[in-house]
Amino acid sequence: MTEHFPALLVILPLLAAVLIPFSPAAVKRSAWHISFASAAASLALAARLAWETFALGKVSYWFGGWAPPWGIEYSIDPLGALLLLLTAFVTCAALSYSRAAAPAELAAERLPYFYSCMLLFTSGLTGIIITGDIFNLYVFIEIASLAGYALIAAGRRREALVASYNYLILGTIAATFILLGIGYLYMAAGTLNMADLRERLPQVYHTKTVLTGFAFLVVGLSIKTALFPLHIWLPDAYTHAPSPVSALLAATGTKVGIYAMIRVIFTVFKPEFNPSTVPMTVILAGLACAGIIYGALMALAQTNIKRLLAYSSVSQIGYIILGAAISNQTAMTGSLLHIINHALMKASLFMCAGIILMSTGAEKTGDLKGLGRRMPLTMAAFTAAACSLAGLPLTAGFISKWHLALGAVEAGLWLVVPVILAGSLLTAVYFWKIIEPAYFSPAGERRPVRPEAPAGMLAPAVLLAALGVALGLAAHFPALGAGRAAALLLGKP
Amino acid sequence: MSGRGCGGNLIIKTVSGFLIPFIQLFALYLAAHGDLGPGGGFQGGTIFAASLILYAIVFGLDEGREKVYEKAAGVMAAAGVLVFGGIGLLCMAAGGSFLQYSSLLPGKVKTAYHLGIYGVEIGVGLAVAGALLLLFMKTAGSRDD
Repeated sequence: MTEHFPALLVILPLLAAVLIPFSPAAVKRSAWHISFASAAASLALAARLAWETFALGKVSYWFGGWAPPWGIEYSIDPLGALLLLLTAFVTCAALSYSRAAAPAELAAERLPYFYSCMLLFTSGLTGIIITGDIFNLYVFIEIASLAGYALIAAGRRREALVASYNYLILGTIAATFILLGIGYLYMAAGTLNMADLRERLPQVYHTKTVLTGFAFLVVGLSIKTALFPLHIWLPDAYTHAPSPVSALLAATGTKVGIYAMIRVIFTVFKPEFNPSTVPMTVILAGLACAGIIYGALMALAQTNIKRLLAYSSVSQIGYIILGAAISNQTAMTGSLLHIINHALMKASLFMCAGIILMSTGAEKTGDLKGLGRRMPLTMAAFTAAACSLAGLPLTAGFISKWHLALGAVEAGLWLVVPVILAGSLLTAVYFWKIIEPAYFSPAGERRPVRPEAPAGMLAPAVLLAALGVALGLAAHFPALGAGRAAALLLGKP
Repeated sequence: MSGRGCGGNLIIKTVSGFLIPFIQLFALYLAAHGDLGPGGGFQGGTIFAASLILYAIVFGLDEGREKVYEKAAGVMAAAGVLVFGGIGLLCMAAGGSFLQYSSLLPGKVKTAYHLGIYGVEIGVGLAVAGALLLLFMKTAGSRDD
């Protein structure tokens, strides 16, 4: 049975997603239970598969029994296993948070469709991570994106529709670019299997076809990952989406986009492709640095909490891309660690923002006065997550940023080091805008409807924030896994 | 386009009324021959949906809604996905990998592949037809406006 886990991981949420909204009313009423059961099962499958992948190095699944490169192959390496585990875990957390949060933000008759879209979204993301076929990658990107548009549009304000529409337009352009890029590569190499492409492409690296395909793929995926300056869809989308969706999208959506980009640059193409023909790494590193500073400065200028967190995402995505662009062992490890760190912390932060909004109606940073005393658990989780993102010692963020800075020094990129440090400082400053009124201002006139949020909402937020601290204290464990994944990506044994 | 469709144009109504059964027959033919010749579930499903959309355009949306319920279209789409996934899981249960039809009928590889692909094509056809009809009905306006 275990050999079927790669296929089941994608199919389980997909079938559950179509089952929920088109069933009798009794099933619809238990939509949350079904989706949570599916997500929990996925987490168990992902954990088992990750364990197996780290033991064996690579797990491969042949669809219909057809051997690659003719058939469609699912293949999981340590990097995929890491992301798989992360996605499944955050989905579980976001779904358990949704149980109390979604009914507060959505109409009751929409809930089955909402949960169905959540499952479709994770099914798409899982597929992106797991597949070894580049056309399959495109299909799963579309599944995840389409579900994402619907999820963002479910926000309670009408602005959510505009945000979703803007994302739809940009996302469709991105998807078109990705498909075009895949088409060019197929034209040049005659295969769609990623491992096969890796072997066949070097003979045609010098052709304009491959170069064009590569450019289309990287630009398309940059839109999906919201790399500066292609991030413009992100702030509105995260601000107006329902809070469980913001948490899920920020934690997994962009991360899996980055994963797809890393796959294309390091797995489909060999690392030596980049410097010899296009200065891809220099361009990406430059954009990432600009994104780190721009995102942080924009976050500093925001008064809306969710919008602040969204711009913070733009900045943190810059860090992750930067590590991948430097592409030595240390920086890549840092980049992968930051994927984990940012996913867990940003999910927790958006959950806290949702809790604050639900209990007090506060959306602006100025409305938070004295909240640290009234909602101690929520604010403690928020503060811990913020510390980890800023990279304070003893948190997961410190480990990832330490690796990034060290990697930059190793690569001799001294100009990048101050950007990493300045970005961290700015992160601390913009989070201080929220923490300061919450703890150091006298209570404002806004009184929470209830002292703390329901335990179902609070538990995942606190758990995720606590994980940030735990992973910072026990840094050895994640660093080992990320280091192994990075070494494999860069082609070292 | 109002609820009345093409008004009272007799030619359009007569020709469409005559053609629609043949369009649907052609759709079924395409869906059934997907494994051997050009065509398949996707194409068949699209043409089947097109025949009903043509009906709704010619005879009016209200008339169209009486022939195809929006809910039924949704169930059809979901059922299609379930058929596809179900056949895949069935292959898995029979000991093969996902969609490995040969595991369904041990010893009769050719028949197994024929039937397996046939079933999957039906699933695809249902899903595509249902989704297209649903899209048409949702965008063509609700009863209220």
